[in-house]
Amino acid sequence: MITGIVTFLVIFAVIGSILYGQRLVKTEKSDAVFGNPERAKGGLHWVVVGSSFLLLSWLYYSWDIAKAFYPKSANELCQVAKVNESLLSLKYLFPIEERQHKSTALIKRENINIQKKIILIQNSPDLKDKDKKLFIDLLNKTKKTIPLLTDEKFLENKTKNKIGELTNRITWLTEDFQKINYPPIKSIEEENKRIEALKKQLGWGATGMEVPPLPESKKGLKFHAAAQELNEISDEFFSMRNHNVAYVTLIKEIRNEIKEYQNELNDDQELEMTLIKEIKKLGQRIEYESVFPPNALNEMEKSIREFDVAQKKEQGNLIYVDAFLFPAGTIVASGPTCAEDGPGRWLPKPSDTFRIFGDLLKPSVGFKMIPMIWYEMMGVNRIVGFILPDWIADIMPGKYPVHSSDGTVKPNFKSKVLDIVTGEFNAFKIPVPTGHIWDSFLRVFLGLVLGIIFGVPLGIFMGLNRFAKGFFDPLVELYRPVPPLAWAPLVITVFGIDNLGKVFLLFMVSFSIMIISARAGASGTQLSKIHAAHSLGASRWQILREVIFPNSLPEILTGVRVAVGMCWGTLVAAEFLAGTSGIGFVENVARKYMQYEVIWITIFVMGMLGLLFDVTIRKIIDKTIPWRGKG
Amino acid sequence: MSDLVSQDINMIFKSPKGEIVHALKDVTFRLKKGELLTVLGPSGCGKTTLLNIAAGFLRPTSGLITLGNKEIDGPGVERGMVFQQGALFEWLTVAENVNFGLRMKKEDPVKTTKKVDEWLDIVGLQGFGNTPTYQLSGGMQQRVALARCLINDPDLILMDEPLGALDALTREKMQSLILKIWKETGKTIILITHSVEEALLLGERVYVMAPRPGRIHKEYKLPFANMGLNEDLREIKNNKEFVDKREEILSMIWDMEEEIMGKEN
Repeated sequence: MITGIVTFLVIFAVIGSILYGQRLVKTEKSDAVFGNPERAKGGLHWVVVGSSFLLLSWLYYSWDIAKAFYPKSANELCQVAKVNESLLSLKYLFPIEERQHKSTALIKRENINIQKKIILIQNSPDLKDKDKKLFIDLLNKTKKTIPLLTDEKFLENKTKNKIGELTNRITWLTEDFQKINYPPIKSIEEENKRIEALKKQLGWGATGMEVPPLPESKKGLKFHAAAQELNEISDEFFSMRNHNVAYVTLIKEIRNEIKEYQNELNDDQELEMTLIKEIKKLGQRIEYESVFPPNALNEMEKSIREFDVAQKKEQGNLIYVDAFLFPAGTIVASGPTCAEDGPGRWLPKPSDTFRIFGDLLKPSVGFKMIPMIWYEMMGVNRIVGFILPDWIADIMPGKYPVHSSDGTVKPNFKSKVLDIVTGEFNAFKIPVPTGHIWDSFLRVFLGLVLGIIFGVPLGIFMGLNRFAKGFFDPLVELYRPVPPLAWAPLVITVFGIDNLGKVFLLFMVSFSIMIISARAGASGTQLSKIHAAHSLGASRWQILREVIFPNSLPEILTGVRVAVGMCWGTLVAAEFLAGTSGIGFVENVARKYMQYEVIWITIFVMGMLGLLFDVTIRKIIDKTIPWRGKG
Repeated sequence: MSDLVSQDINMIFKSPKGEIVHALKDVTFRLKKGELLTVLGPSGCGKTTLLNIAAGFLRPTSGLITLGNKEIDGPGVERGMVFQQGALFEWLTVAENVNFGLRMKKEDPVKTTKKVDEWLDIVGLQGFGNTPTYQLSGGMQQRVALARCLINDPDLILMDEPLGALDALTREKMQSLILKIWKETGKTIILITHSVEEALLLGERVYVMAPRPGRIHKEYKLPFANMGLNEDLREIKNNKEFVDKREEILSMIWDMEEEIMGKEN
């Protein structure tokens, strides 16, 4: 419903924007020649068109438009696919979709096979003449079994009757199929069973299964029943053998001769053994293939053609829905299991995606018992205990109390300090952010801040001092070019899969970037500025703080921007590798369970967070270094 | 006695190619307190080297340079410097730039604010205190650089082509300003320039330097700087004596340039 409205709105927006753009072009002053950058300004209406196309493509390729306008279509098409599949083996017998009758093709192939074998045996240098003669004799006899199958006069009445019966069944099915009350209700019990099973079936687009396989509509049920009937007919047909007395006699004779020959063979006559087995196999293949006389199946062919026409007519507009609203892989083509391979499988529908996103954002639901982003009340004591190191208590004067003989412990100053630094006291609670998104954010933030705190001073030092540059250069240059993820296995082993390992990995990423940028900033300071500071009486430390540091700020902040991007990418990959929370973890778990909606949601969240980081830093850059590019 | 005395200064560099460059050879001069010296010469004659030595950024290979009988062995507050491009700190406002020296000395901010305002008035930048320096024109930037240098009350002011990057009109105004400041403060000033006219206009004394090795070629004592305090600079430029001197020095420098070219060919 909503999808339908949205689709129309989007189409109207596109048309409206294009018309507006046309009018704008007409009224615009034409002083802007080609190549004038002024011409690229404005164009909000094209933004509307662009985003509309994006949304429309999403709606279309995720089959959401099909679902909105033809909500039953996917399920009905699935039933059509079942009929198609059942019909296919019967159709293959005749030149309906193939070029030849199946019997013709089989005979042609078997004749070629036998002829090839005869030539092979004749030319074989290792065979005795006696064996050669025997083999060729056998092959010729096998060849002679074919006319016994294709001659109408040998066709037995039993077989004729069976073909007639199956043909009649197809004809009746064709007639019944077109009636309104098909399929007839067999029994109340079975009908109830069917309805029960249908109730358990989840709708179209439910997670885990795109298209539900059980028929949901009257039309679908029709096709479903016809497919079952056709399956029975085709099973019966293919279990039927066109064997007559003459054929059976001949094939028995051949088999006996082969047996006799095999009994006389010695173990070392490997070539003969192989050949005789192959000759036996040739005969057996013809025995089990459905070879019939040329005109024996004419009636049956006619009935199948009639049914095919009837079922296509019965499909109605479903054919067009299948062709136009299920782009890149139709449902019918994907077969009777309805586990289609189209984009509907991996491109979730907007409606489902927003619903699941809404669920994930609910703090009580979240993902794997952890909310995406929420807050929890945390006692200040826990925070204090986390921040203050325990050894503060150890260095306090005195000794820790010893329990007394009456079984009590009297706290003293030292033990009270210990309580504070370990967080064992009562305090009010404050809200603290928590959740997957927050975890990822915090890791990036900590890794980045640590990188800046250590990287910037070292970088500036390296930019100014020959010793520092020479001493640290090999270290930095050796570890920096390694892709951060290559360090991940080591870092995770040493620091664990939890926050410490990830923060350290991100620290490594941002540290090297900050060193390089701070170094470039420091060594790029104009000499005249440093001279000026010297003659204005600044000390070394003052020059460092007041001249070199602010002068390298543009480079440092550009470095921060690069580092944020790198950290973000590395973090998601690191969370993929191991961990129990974070946005990359969510995507990895969703991947395992093929929750494509969740995968797309995580991708979206990552994009938004990356954008947020970048915009924030750009704002900071504009605020702190307005002179950049103007000095 | 805070004269600048230079005795037999030699400066020998080794160029990256390994050639030995005699940038200054036996430079000896004495600059009395309150004198305005302009140094002129073709490029490569060691003008800037001389200035850097006086500022204390470079140590001479041999010889002695003293200011007020104290040897110059490093940069100091008593020798202020004004650079060609201003060398202002873009991250600070005009007032903060002027205040820089006082802040480095950790002087009382209330007092320094007043002093900064006074100096902004002198250089004609009243009301620009809170402007970021990157928004200023080239002339205004040089005014800030002057104020920043003068607020420290140095004994000697060293100017390295301070007006080189300015347009003709601004340049004239700045020349008047320099003369005015020189008169009012009575500071010793060394000014390096490419422009013969500027050297003649501003210099109470003018040194024309010659290259290879860098040395003082000729010395002039001129009245134009004192005239410029009262008269319009443009009128002085049309003065007969001024024109003669200008032509004399110009041809001298031309000869030097030709000599260099000849050497190279």
